[in-house]
Amino acid sequence: MSESANHPMAELQFREALRDAMTEEMVRDENVFLMGEEVAEYDGAYKVSQGMLDQFGPKRVIDTPIAENGFSGLGIGAAMMGLRPVVEFMTWNFTFVAFDQIVSNAAKIRYMSGGQLKVPIVFRGGNGAAGQLAATHNNSTEAFYTNVPGLKVIAPSNPDDAKGLLKSAIRDDDPVLFMESELMFGLKGEVSDEEDYTLPIGKARIAREGDDVTLVAHSKSYWLAMEAAEELAKQGYEATVIDPRTLRPFDTGAVVDSVKQTNRLVIVDECSPYGGIASEVAFRIQSQCFDYLDAPVARVTAKDTPAPYAKNLIEAWMPTVDEVIAAAKGALYVE
Amino acid sequence: MANETKKAPAKKRTAKAERAPKKQTTNGKAASGAATGPQDLPDGADFRMYTGGGHTHESLGLEPDELLAMYRSMMLQRRFEERAAQMYGRQKISGFLHLYIGQEAVSAGTVHALQDTDPIITAYRDHGLGLARGMTANECMAELFGKIDGSSRGKGGSMHFFDVENHFYGGHGIVGGQIPLAVGMGFAAKYKETGAVAVGFFGDGAISQGSFHEAANLAALYEIPVLLVCENNGYAMGTAVDRAVSEPDLYKQAYAYDMTGALVNGMDVFEVYYAMGELAKQAREQSKPALVEIRTYRYRGHSMSDPQKYRTKEEMESKKNEDPIIRLKSYLIDHDLATNEQLDALDDEVKAEVHASVEFAENSPFPPVETMYEDVYVQDDYPFIV
Repeated sequence: MSESANHPMAELQFREALRDAMTEEMVRDENVFLMGEEVAEYDGAYKVSQGMLDQFGPKRVIDTPIAENGFSGLGIGAAMMGLRPVVEFMTWNFTFVAFDQIVSNAAKIRYMSGGQLKVPIVFRGGNGAAGQLAATHNNSTEAFYTNVPGLKVIAPSNPDDAKGLLKSAIRDDDPVLFMESELMFGLKGEVSDEEDYTLPIGKARIAREGDDVTLVAHSKSYWLAMEAAEELAKQGYEATVIDPRTLRPFDTGAVVDSVKQTNRLVIVDECSPYGGIASEVAFRIQSQCFDYLDAPVARVTAKDTPAPYAKNLIEAWMPTVDEVIAAAKGALYVE
Repeated sequence: MANETKKAPAKKRTAKAERAPKKQTTNGKAASGAATGPQDLPDGADFRMYTGGGHTHESLGLEPDELLAMYRSMMLQRRFEERAAQMYGRQKISGFLHLYIGQEAVSAGTVHALQDTDPIITAYRDHGLGLARGMTANECMAELFGKIDGSSRGKGGSMHFFDVENHFYGGHGIVGGQIPLAVGMGFAAKYKETGAVAVGFFGDGAISQGSFHEAANLAALYEIPVLLVCENNGYAMGTAVDRAVSEPDLYKQAYAYDMTGALVNGMDVFEVYYAMGELAKQAREQSKPALVEIRTYRYRGHSMSDPQKYRTKEEMESKKNEDPIIRLKSYLIDHDLATNEQLDALDDEVKAEVHASVEFAENSPFPPVETMYEDVYVQDDYPFIV
C-alpha cells in the first residue's frame, strides 16, 4: 500500500484486519454496534468477531436468530434513529432473504423522504463461491447490489484494504455493503499500523504496472489476475493489474488511464456474466476510450449456470488463471 | 373498555363480534365471531380487551380543548382525503392513492396518547398518521401533486410521507417491510436510553408476512419498547381477513411471541387513546413490546382503482353508523362540550385549510429536473451518475 508505505506494518489475517477495524470504530463511537448470526457467544462463524463480546458486552455485540430480513430491518430502523449498525451476514448468499430490506429500505429511504433521513449502516460478510457448496451457497452477489442506486458496494482483496475501507464504511453516512470473500478470511497480509487508518471509498489500487494489457479484478479474482500477470510476464507480456476495491462508486478513471497506455482490457469477475460487474466495466471503457482499444474488451467470469457441486464441474465453473491468460493473449492477438 | 388483563366479559365479546368485518365470502371462521374470543385464550396469556363505549372524557382526564383537537385532527384527515380523491379524479394526482377514510380515530387517538418524541412509522396508507402527527395539508397535498414543496420534494408521493421533525418516519410501500424498522427504532430508543416507545403500524395483510413474525420475535427476544400495531380494516386489498389468515383474531399472534396482545375498538377514539396510552406506558416502563390489533374499517377501496366487489353496500352502510367522527361529534354535543354551529364552523375552517392546500399545490413548481439526482446519498459529491 502506497498510502501506508511510510508506516510500520503488521502481518494480519483478513479476518483480524476486519476485527481491528470494527473494534477501533466501536471504541471511537459508542453508536457503533455489531449484530448477526453467531457473532457473540460463538465468537463469529468465521471468527471475524472473536473476542468482541468480551470486550464490548452483549449490548453492543448481539447474536441474532437466523432471520436475515428481521435483523437487517432492525439495523436499518436503528440507523434511521442515529445509531451506526454493522450487520454481519454469515454469507451474502443469505442476503436474498433480506433483499427487500436492503433494496427497498436501506437504499431508498433517503430518496423517498426527500433527504430527511440518512441510513448509516454497514452490511458485511462472506461473499462469492467457496468450493463444493452447490448452487445456493455459491453466489457472487456484487452485481445485484451495484445495480441499486443508494447503496455503496466495497469488495477488497487484502487485509490492508479491508481494514482501511471497513473503517471508512462504518463512518460513512450512507448504507455500505462490504463484501469479503469466504475463502480469504485466513489470507495474511501486511496492514498499516497508522493510527486511525482509513482508505477513501471509490479509489482503485494499481497493484502492478505493465504496458501490454490491463487486467481489472476485485476481491478473490484479484489474486487470479496477479497470478496470470506473473505467468504472462514469463512469456514476455507485461500486464497492469488494477484492483478497483470499491465497486460502487467505481474508479473508472483509473481503468481508462491504464487502457490508454495498454490499449487492451481483460476483466476478471466471479459474478455471472449476464449483467455482471465485468459487463459494466466493459461498457464504461468502450464508451470512454473506444479509440484507444486495439482489441475487444474481454471478460473472464463464472459460467452462466447455477454453481454445480461436483469437484470437476465447480472448478470448471469458476474463473481460472488459465482463462485469464488465454483472454489476455486473445486481446494481444497471440496464439 | 376494560384494561383488566385477559378475560373480558362474554357480553363485550359479542359486541366486538358485531364490529368484526362480515363479508359474503367466508370459510366459516368469522373474523371475531362467537367461535373465537377471550374464552379461547391460553392460560397465562396477557391479553387486553379495549372494546369501546365505556369512557368519558372525564374518566380519561381529557380537557374539552383536547377533544376538540382530536376532532379537528380527524376532520382534517377526512376533508384532506376527500379532496385528494377529487384531485385524483381530475388527474392532478397520479400513482397509487390509498385512502384512510374511516380509520381516523386510530391515528388521532394514538398520536394524542403518545409523547411527541415517540417515533411512529407506518405503511402506505399514511396520510392520516402524517397529518395527525403535524404534517401540514400544504406539504401533503403538494407531495401528492408531485411538487417541489411537497414533504419529500416530490420524490415520495402518497405512499411515502415523512416528517422526521415530528418523529414520523414514513410512509413505506412494501407490505410488512416497515415492521422490522419499527423494532429497530425501539432498539435505538433502548440503546440510547431515550425513554421513547416506537410505534409501528401495519395493515392486516402484513400479519402474514415473514417480516412481521421475524420482527415480533426480535422485539420480544431483545425486550424492545415497541408497539406493533395492526390496523385491521377487514381487508388486505380485496381479500377478507378470514380468507388470508388462519387465525383471524390477529391479536392472538402475541401469544406465540410471549408478549402482551390487545384488541382495540378502532371506531372509538376514546378507546384508542386509552388503550395506546396504557400500552405505551407499559412498553416504556417495562421495556417490552406489545401486539395491538385495532379493528377499524375503511369506507373506500384499497386504492383508487378498487371497484370493491368483495363487499356489499349493506355492509358499508352499517359501518358508517359507527363512523368515528360522527361518534365523537355526538359525544361533544350530548355532553354540551360543543354546539353544532361550533363544529360546523370548525369543519368550515378545515375545509378552507384543505382548499388552500390545493391552491398551494397547484402553485408550487414541479421539481427542477436536476433535483432527481439529489438525496440519493448523503455524500453530495458522489459520482453515481452513470
